Amino acid sequence: MSDAVLQVSQLNVQFGAHAVLHEVSFDVREGESVGLVGESGSGKSTLARAILRLVHCASGRVEWRGEDLLSSPPAVMRAKRRELQIVFQDPKASLNPRMSVGAAVGEPLKIFSPDLNATEAGRLVDAMLLRVGLDASMTRRYPHEFSGGQCQRIAIARAMMLNPRLLICDEAVSSLDVSIQGQIINLLQDLQRENGMAMLFISHNLAVVRHLCHRVLVMFMGRLVEIADRGALFDAPVHPYTRALLAAAAFSGAPEPAAEANAGERGCAYRHRCRHALPLCAASAPALREVQPGVQVACHRALEPGFRYS
Amino acid sequence: MHPIPTLQVEGLSVHFDAPAGPLPAVREVSMSVAAAECVAVVGESGSGKTQLCLAVMGLLGRGAVVDGSVKFQGQELRGAPLKVLNQFRGATLSMVFQDPLSSLTPHLRIGAQLTEVLRHHRGAGSRQAWTLAARMLERVRLPDVQRRMRQYPHELSGGMRQRVMIAMSLLCGPALMIADEPTTALDVTVQAQILELLRDLRAELGMALILISHDLGVVGGIADRILVMYAGRIVEAAPVADLWRAPRHPYTAALLACVPALSGPLSSRLATLPGQAPQPAEVGPGCAFAPRCLRSEDRCRRERPTLSGSGAHQAACHFPLSA
Repeated sequence: MSDAVLQVSQLNVQFGAHAVLHEVSFDVREGESVGLVGESGSGKSTLARAILRLVHCASGRVEWRGEDLLSSPPAVMRAKRRELQIVFQDPKASLNPRMSVGAAVGEPLKIFSPDLNATEAGRLVDAMLLRVGLDASMTRRYPHEFSGGQCQRIAIARAMMLNPRLLICDEAVSSLDVSIQGQIINLLQDLQRENGMAMLFISHNLAVVRHLCHRVLVMFMGRLVEIADRGALFDAPVHPYTRALLAAAAFSGAPEPAAEANAGERGCAYRHRCRHALPLCAASAPALREVQPGVQVACHRALEPGFRYS
Repeated sequence: MHPIPTLQVEGLSVHFDAPAGPLPAVREVSMSVAAAECVAVVGESGSGKTQLCLAVMGLLGRGAVVDGSVKFQGQELRGAPLKVLNQFRGATLSMVFQDPLSSLTPHLRIGAQLTEVLRHHRGAGSRQAWTLAARMLERVRLPDVQRRMRQYPHELSGGMRQRVMIAMSLLCGPALMIADEPTTALDVTVQAQILELLRDLRAELGMALILISHDLGVVGGIADRILVMYAGRIVEAAPVADLWRAPRHPYTAALLACVPALSGPLSSRLATLPGQAPQPAEVGPGCAFAPRCLRSEDRCRRERPTLSGSGAHQAACHFPLSA
């Protein structure tokens, strides 16, 4: 895709002998929101960290605007971080309790624009706090004086300070009450509209992903099993795992019993839970293939003529 | 003649004495749960849901001041001696907490923790207790029961631990189970399995269930009735379908509007609730929701509305939304 800003190809991450991410490939386009869903332990957060080189990747490429981040020398990577920011799930844990809000939000400026004088930097911090719905008078206060929702706004302000081109949100609204969750989602959408950044939005909440994201990646046991446009994914999910996930979220169907799969083994990791599994599924892992425009699925049966999932 | 409700709570209040004055957490809550009924209590963090269940169970610490009456199967629990309370708690009146890891003892094997309940409450011998515990774990569909019973809590996944907690609370055949956010820490697929399990067990055992949750979506599929809490009070009580279709309290309506949907038309923005829930000490004489309410008038700030309405659907609002 020519307009992709982030292109991840055949990314593998291993923790010891354990494969955490396996041949992960996808792209994110300019100004696009891409959702990443899957259950805990499927590798969502590891993927976020791998893109930012916060964990070591065994092999593969992470191209940011055509340049491979994984092989960039540390100095080049540091400069790139200006454009790549992340907001974590637990806002209290991601803010330094001994740093005032003003210092935390202003720190990126101190690192990336050391020439900026203090008054100018202070003005930018105040403006950003105001933008995320906080008050400039809060700069002298400390994280423990704020609620979870307010801390998440502070973390977002800090991430937005350098006007990033890609914002990764790792379960950024999951710990918040529904009313606060809505405020933060609206804020993220507004910020994206204003500066045209791309967003990788990791969440286990499918309804939130549906609201916010143009495209969705579905991850199972370290592999992407489906990539589809929002409309296609929610109206006509293809992969049996995606279907089970949606059914569980709507609490309408009986989800398949959880069986433990072994990450290192051959074959499709989902076959233990899948009612459509064939001997072929144990022999080889299916690769992502386009089944219709805008929908890629990793399932041997998806291309079988006349086959229908039930 | 009406049968005695499994749980009858009248005018229950909880406050904590703080240096700056009393901090009320639960205010004059009255509710009743019939046998085999499932009642969900929903509300945002700080609304008093958990304090309400802890007060019902008599589990609040010394700092808490409790008022009102809690009758379990007709017997008053408030002021009952510890010895009497402990005959009920863990046996016919059981509780499942949000975080299964911190409610299991880390250094005891699963089997030991389960059999302890039966030996204590039922005087069961160790072999008999082991058999009964294993049978209960099978019933909550924990795979590979005999191996799991010889393992420690950290060796089990979150979903398995929550199944163990549910099995433990079921061992003595409770008449009422209080589950405080039992699925919040779990994945959606596991969450659906646990909710389904609770629903089935309730039908099978005729047990009443109080489900505490901050997630309206979670309780919709399982509860008979929903109680909505705001700033320590019940502001709306209704059968699930009525509440979803036509909420009467503006807070409930706003809360429902905030939840993005899995199907249907997409909106460009999510509805939000302006402002924040009040701190316990900030609530004035009127309706606690008035400062954030688009329908509020002078009267709302002066005079507190009481729960009223026709039949099962009640709201505490001077200007309720019409059906």
